[in-house]
Amino acid sequence: MSISAPVVAEPSPVPVAGSYRRMASQFFANRLAVSGLVILAALLLFCFLGPLIHHTDQTHTNLAGANLSPGQGGHLLGTDDVGHDELGRLMIGGQTSLEIGIAAGLLATLIGTIWGAVSGYAGGWLDAIMMRIVDAGIAIPALFLLLVTATILRPTVPVQIVIIGCVSWLVPARLVRAEALSLRSRDYVQAMKAMGGGHRRAVFRHIIPNAIGTVVVNATFQVADAILLIAYVSFLGLGVAPPKTDWGGMLSKGISYTYDGYWWMIFPAGIAIVLVVCAFNSIGDGLRDSFEVRLQGR
Amino acid sequence: MTDTPTLAIEDLTVSFTSGRESVRAVDGVSLQVVPGEVVAVVGESGSGKSVTSMSALGLLPPTATTTGTVRVGGVDVTTLDGPHLRAIRGAEVAMVFQEPMTALNPAFTVGWQVAEALRLHIEDLSKKQALDRAAELLEMVGIRDARDRLGQYPHELSGGLRQRVVIAMAIACEPKVLIADEATTALDVTVQAEILDLLRDLRARFGMAMLVITHNMGVVADIADRVVVMYQGKVVEQATVEDLFARPQADYTKKLLASVPRLARGEGRNRTAPADEEVALSLEHLVVEFRGKGGRKNRAVDDVSLTIAKGEVLGLVGESGSGKSTVGRAAIGLLKPTSGSVRLLGEALTGAKGRDLRKLRRRCGIVFQDPASSLDPRMTVGDCVAEPLVINGVGDRAERVAALLESVELDAALRRRHPHELSGGQRQRVGIARALALDPQLVIADEPTSALDVSVQAAVLKVFLELQQRLGFACLFITHDLAVVGMVSDRVAVMNEGRLVEVGSRDEVLFDSREEYTRRLVTSAPVPDPADQRRRREERHRI
Repeated sequence: MSISAPVVAEPSPVPVAGSYRRMASQFFANRLAVSGLVILAALLLFCFLGPLIHHTDQTHTNLAGANLSPGQGGHLLGTDDVGHDELGRLMIGGQTSLEIGIAAGLLATLIGTIWGAVSGYAGGWLDAIMMRIVDAGIAIPALFLLLVTATILRPTVPVQIVIIGCVSWLVPARLVRAEALSLRSRDYVQAMKAMGGGHRRAVFRHIIPNAIGTVVVNATFQVADAILLIAYVSFLGLGVAPPKTDWGGMLSKGISYTYDGYWWMIFPAGIAIVLVVCAFNSIGDGLRDSFEVRLQGR
Repeated sequence: MTDTPTLAIEDLTVSFTSGRESVRAVDGVSLQVVPGEVVAVVGESGSGKSVTSMSALGLLPPTATTTGTVRVGGVDVTTLDGPHLRAIRGAEVAMVFQEPMTALNPAFTVGWQVAEALRLHIEDLSKKQALDRAAELLEMVGIRDARDRLGQYPHELSGGLRQRVVIAMAIACEPKVLIADEATTALDVTVQAEILDLLRDLRARFGMAMLVITHNMGVVADIADRVVVMYQGKVVEQATVEDLFARPQADYTKKLLASVPRLARGEGRNRTAPADEEVALSLEHLVVEFRGKGGRKNRAVDDVSLTIAKGEVLGLVGESGSGKSTVGRAAIGLLKPTSGSVRLLGEALTGAKGRDLRKLRRRCGIVFQDPASSLDPRMTVGDCVAEPLVINGVGDRAERVAALLESVELDAALRRRHPHELSGGQRQRVGIARALALDPQLVIADEPTSALDVSVQAAVLKVFLELQQRLGFACLFITHDLAVVGMVSDRVAVMNEGRLVEVGSRDEVLFDSREEYTRRLVTSAPVPDPADQRRRREERHRI
């Protein structure tokens, strides 16, 4: 057989207009996801830039001006039971909630991703042990762990981030492990091993980057969960110490005045929590859809 | 042939719309099939051959817009709506798909599924009658003990039997047109030969019109009366099978036929003894077992001993499940053998660990079958080729990557693209470049061209063989395609059910084998020449 067979030119596919651009256009076509993004951006601006415009004293109490209803004494959303301006309180409380929520969500995702990728890639007995640890962790209610640790340690922001991060990495670990199980047998991982590559390279260069869709989508849900979790803890009175506060803590305080009709202490914080959780969830949904589009090109 | 055509496609155009883009998959195709005739539609991937056949059953997705007519027994299918289409499907036109496992429902018995096909179209057929008829059908497609088979599930049958069941379902209502879309592509050659015999037999008995969609010119030569050649959605040539192979008219057909590898004595490389005394790879009494369900051991490779000399290409052929890929993976330590030993370039690979193992591995390269899955979709082409260099700390990577891409005849500008932006052939070249990055002394090529179209396969094999001659690496070339083996190998080894059937020089094994299995394998592979294929078919029936 002659090997110089004439060859039909193989049409080379047109270079796709960057897959990231395709992904972005899919994301921005999703109205719910875009509104989530807008709400989140608005809340971030409100919490972090708001205090620059709306100056309030959030450290000293002013019992003379306590429990003012909205509009009284120039307080747009009234004041709370120790005289802090409710609007300003909403801003600094939101800072705490968002900081803890985002940092803890990312921490949980980081731990969970590495744990899951290593476990799924290793397989065998190591996988069995690592996953039993996850199972055991999931069996213990996260809220219970949080409450116990909050009574032992003084609940500052960094402490809360670490605690919440450490109780909520279990779900991402399971998700990433499932991906890693199928990714580790892919030919490119085999090829890399055949080139003499080690395990670390397999996990960090091949498995995690290819599981990134799952990781990113889950991270947004993790942040939403962490914000809710921190709200629970504060609501139960074990949040950051005054004069700092967060939305959960404000809600808790407001609830004690339900029968006095002080609605301005309840609704703003409650609505803020609902908004931010919904925003993160709809961003996550939008990201998931756009990652699917990105994968269609393969 | 003056009969009125059973299937007549007139000026069919199908375009797919997604977003703002519109792609014309089929462009002005006309073809006819008369009763008792087998028309083959050939073309490479993306030529629109499958879309053409789907339109005959109205199976196109809603994103497709169709113009032209598709007449089945005088009725224009393109104008029919749901209920009328369903009445046509199965009763007038039936289809046999490529993958029998996915065409059958794993949750139901074979008998139930065949009976279901009958009861959909024949009213007031009792369950009992339907099952009786199902048994008859299974017998008709050559399944022995058909009664007992009725109660079995698809996974309990072999691939060939499953495809027979699919064919039985397709002919259940005695359709006028049978469309076989790559119906033998997923099957081993010996099974493929049986299925083609069955189709030929059914045509003779029922006088059905058959439309056979395939990319395999051997299958065309074996079964077709007339051939329609498609390229990029258009029909480039229609001719009788004898005319097409003897006197191709269109340029594309000529090129296509020239790309098809052929098995011929005395051509190719053909060296008798290992060319060199020095051994690149030696396997001694290799056994690989996998643990199956319930702790049962599944012996994939059973006592295989082989040697490959430096600079030699050993072709390893066998059907699916013969253990040939397992041998390849064990040869570079991706799998641990249960017993026996592997020696790479004079050093023991079995038992080597950690750094020693990696040191040995860097002197080997591996090329996988599916270039789409062997390149990391998240890495650029440049990073993929550079990866072995990075792992082994080789410097001057940018220059080396450019040189490697050039050696497989790829534009160095492609290095910034991602694998999914490349065509199949380009991707496989990237795979070869990566395997050669460290100047290996042994390359394991596991079905490197099986996922490619013939014309692309020819180009990739040419590049591969030129590199082999220039760089002089030894190669274990694993494939199921005998023509490809004939083209690349110095020596050939044949495996069946985990055992080595024989090893010998190319001509000895492929043309003068004393082993019955090898002879059956060789005669089952259809050759792209109608007269020659008829002769081989008769020879095969004698064995």
